[in-house]
Amino acid sequence: MLEFTEKGIYCPRADVYIDPWKPVKNALITHGHSDHARFGNGHYLCHQDTLTILRLRLGPDISVQGIAYNQTISKNGVKISLHPAGHIIGSAQVRLEYKGEIWVVSGDYKLIPDGLSVPFEPVKCHHFITESTFGLPIYNFPATQKVYASINGWWKQNAAEGFNSVIIAYALGKSQSILHQLDQSIGAIFLHGAVANVTNAFQAEGYNFPGTWVTPETDRKTIKGAMIVAPSSALSTPWITKFSPSRKAVCSGWMQLRGARRRAGVDRGFVLSDHCDWAQLNEAVLATGAENIYVTHGYQATYAKWLRERYGLNATEIKTQFEPATGDLE
Amino acid sequence: MRAFTKMFTAVDQTTKTNQKILAMVEYFTFAKEEDKIFAVSILIGNKPKRPVKTAELKVWAAQLADLPMWLFEESYYTVGDLAEAIALMLPAQQSEHHFTLKDTLELLSRLTDLPSDEKKKLIISYWMGAPLEERFVFNKLITGNFRMGVSRQLVIKALATYLGQEQTSIAHQLMGKWNPYEESMASMFSEESHLDKPYLPYPFFLAYQLDTDAENLGPISEWYIEKKLDGIRGQIIVRNDGIFVWSRGEELLTDKFPEFRSLQTSLPNGTVIDGEIIPWKDDIPLPFQVMQTRIGRKNISPKYLKEVPLVMVCFDVLEWEGEDLRQKNLVDRREVLKKIVSEHTEGKLLLSEAMEFNDWQEVAAFRKNAREFHCEGVMLKRKSSTYEVGRRRGNWWKWKTDPMTVDGVLLYAQSGHGRRANLFTDYTFAVWDGDLLVPFAKAYSGLTDKEINELDNWIKRNTLEKFGPVRSVRPEFVFEIAFEGINSSSRHKSGVALRFPRILRWRKDKSAKAANTINDLKQLIEAQNP
Repeated sequence: MLEFTEKGIYCPRADVYIDPWKPVKNALITHGHSDHARFGNGHYLCHQDTLTILRLRLGPDISVQGIAYNQTISKNGVKISLHPAGHIIGSAQVRLEYKGEIWVVSGDYKLIPDGLSVPFEPVKCHHFITESTFGLPIYNFPATQKVYASINGWWKQNAAEGFNSVIIAYALGKSQSILHQLDQSIGAIFLHGAVANVTNAFQAEGYNFPGTWVTPETDRKTIKGAMIVAPSSALSTPWITKFSPSRKAVCSGWMQLRGARRRAGVDRGFVLSDHCDWAQLNEAVLATGAENIYVTHGYQATYAKWLRERYGLNATEIKTQFEPATGDLE
Repeated sequence: MRAFTKMFTAVDQTTKTNQKILAMVEYFTFAKEEDKIFAVSILIGNKPKRPVKTAELKVWAAQLADLPMWLFEESYYTVGDLAEAIALMLPAQQSEHHFTLKDTLELLSRLTDLPSDEKKKLIISYWMGAPLEERFVFNKLITGNFRMGVSRQLVIKALATYLGQEQTSIAHQLMGKWNPYEESMASMFSEESHLDKPYLPYPFFLAYQLDTDAENLGPISEWYIEKKLDGIRGQIIVRNDGIFVWSRGEELLTDKFPEFRSLQTSLPNGTVIDGEIIPWKDDIPLPFQVMQTRIGRKNISPKYLKEVPLVMVCFDVLEWEGEDLRQKNLVDRREVLKKIVSEHTEGKLLLSEAMEFNDWQEVAAFRKNAREFHCEGVMLKRKSSTYEVGRRRGNWWKWKTDPMTVDGVLLYAQSGHGRRANLFTDYTFAVWDGDLLVPFAKAYSGLTDKEINELDNWIKRNTLEKFGPVRSVRPEFVFEIAFEGINSSSRHKSGVALRFPRILRWRKDKSAKAANTINDLKQLIEAQNP
């Protein structure tokens, strides 16, 4: 029912592409990250909580329809529905059913709840397409509550020693999860413009996040012992140096590896990811009951081989557009 | 072990030297007394002997983690560090062990003689009783490639702060080979401890490469200018009727250099001389390669001794008649040295001549053609300089001649280790032999982080074949490779061996076709060894 094409995952019967890389007529978007939701498609379909982000990032005039989780729409006989993926707010797995055959495209997902997005729900299917960003047994993420406790502890200590704390995280998704968990009794929270843009958009939807946008008018001298949340593009820019003395930390699943931590060139690396680690991936794949697994984005060859060997699944490697560049902040 | 791991993690997490020192001082203040001397030993880079084969370690870890070997290996490539890869893949901690650092090191030395299944049992039980960071440190100790991310200088600073002593005296007491099982903090660092250690060398004074215009150094008359020879920097010590020859890597090489044995009687007790040990025949030095072969030999035959005789070209005297001369100025020290060399040494010791130049331009010209004068550049030493401790700026400079260079095509790439794990940073370069590309050098350093990232991305998109961790790539990019020496070699496919190859720059302006050829390399060899 689904094909892997140059432009992305395609359902010919419903004439819809899922997270296409190149412009198409109908695009089904799993979530708002820019490598999934791209410019130039004729029509977009996504979860209703992704609408705001899509309009923010792709323009207010795009043709887009939002639907709820578990709501089914039909296209030329194909029943299409979205299901919680737990990756970021509004992220969805796509379920497609035709004549009793069920496919699920996971998009990006994680099993551990982040307290903001609707938690992942396994969907029974025959064919499951999974990412494998952290599909090696070296990735075993620590409990998130422990990580947040260390982030707050780090902030507290920096503040006590007269330093600002800068957290580097994805503007969409991780920044909000972190803001949600920061202990506001420690000090003030400030946001980079890219982060503020996203939180403001969510705030219009009824979410509530702490933090003040740092604008050119902000008096930087008053910023002491504060927490600043910024995307990686802000690292090593003058914008960051203006907060000195400061200590910086990157929040990413890649921070599990010492080499990556040291390469990041910051003071701390916190292991915090919106993707599955090794154990979560295996759990998710098995929970679908699917016989046919298609592994994309990450360590696809390795992970597919593991699924074949260990679980006897019919797992194949799907080459994504490119190998992920090292140092991406997943 | 908890305290040591905590210190390691703190040191590892920061790039700020003050934080590193602070973490060490805190450790020394609160650690168990019996652990401290072992921590010092590890901090300055001593490594326990590897008690198990890494191949065995891998198998045990993979079994325990219930992973197939191929997946374990692939994960290891990604991490780029075996100790860390194992720590990450092991199942969750089950209990809490109570090993101190000393216990841990004793366990490791005990393992060496145990049968394999006993080793396995003990190591697994250690793993399962330790959290992630501690497993990593333990594995680092087992695999014998432990590096603490602190320079010796930082350790000395931390110890000086903790013990309330001068850094120079700590540096001195830390010299040479010592055994933490036979020492304690008191025996190592008490003020008199060096008196009953006649073998103890002085810390070497090391120079940085000159990084400014020589004209900025002031009048040339204030400087001694000597040839920088390419041998082994060493210290000859005669004390208590014994002779000790130390390399600057603090290896005791007395037995490797039987030539110097007679100095034990010809030099008076209480003599320490600093110089370059170098093979020397018919008034000129022999190539470094000759020395390397000699050092590598276990037994040196009389015939070989005749073919590759060594001398020390002396440039400083640190102790004479039992008196520490390091605070005297170099003019005075050289006077003493001249006297020693002329009166006591039977041709085994030569004086490093101070060369006469009229101005810095003449020095620059000499340096440019240094290879013609059998040296690799010049040493500049301020006449008023004392003999300092460690690598210092200001009074001594080395000014090496420019390296030789060749343009090579990038042919293979392999991911690096440590900070460069998971990034393709180890490169193999090739030159043309007709239409064929022949690998001639491997290089790891010389690119900026930005260039490494750019190249890494390109490599991932332009891989032709994968062989385990190695990838062959489209022969497209040209790099200028610098090196210190070139010799013919039967062990290398290309027939040449380079000394210290590294990347000088990425020649984006050149296409692969414009790289050098194997004949260019052969000509370099001929030009060098006429």
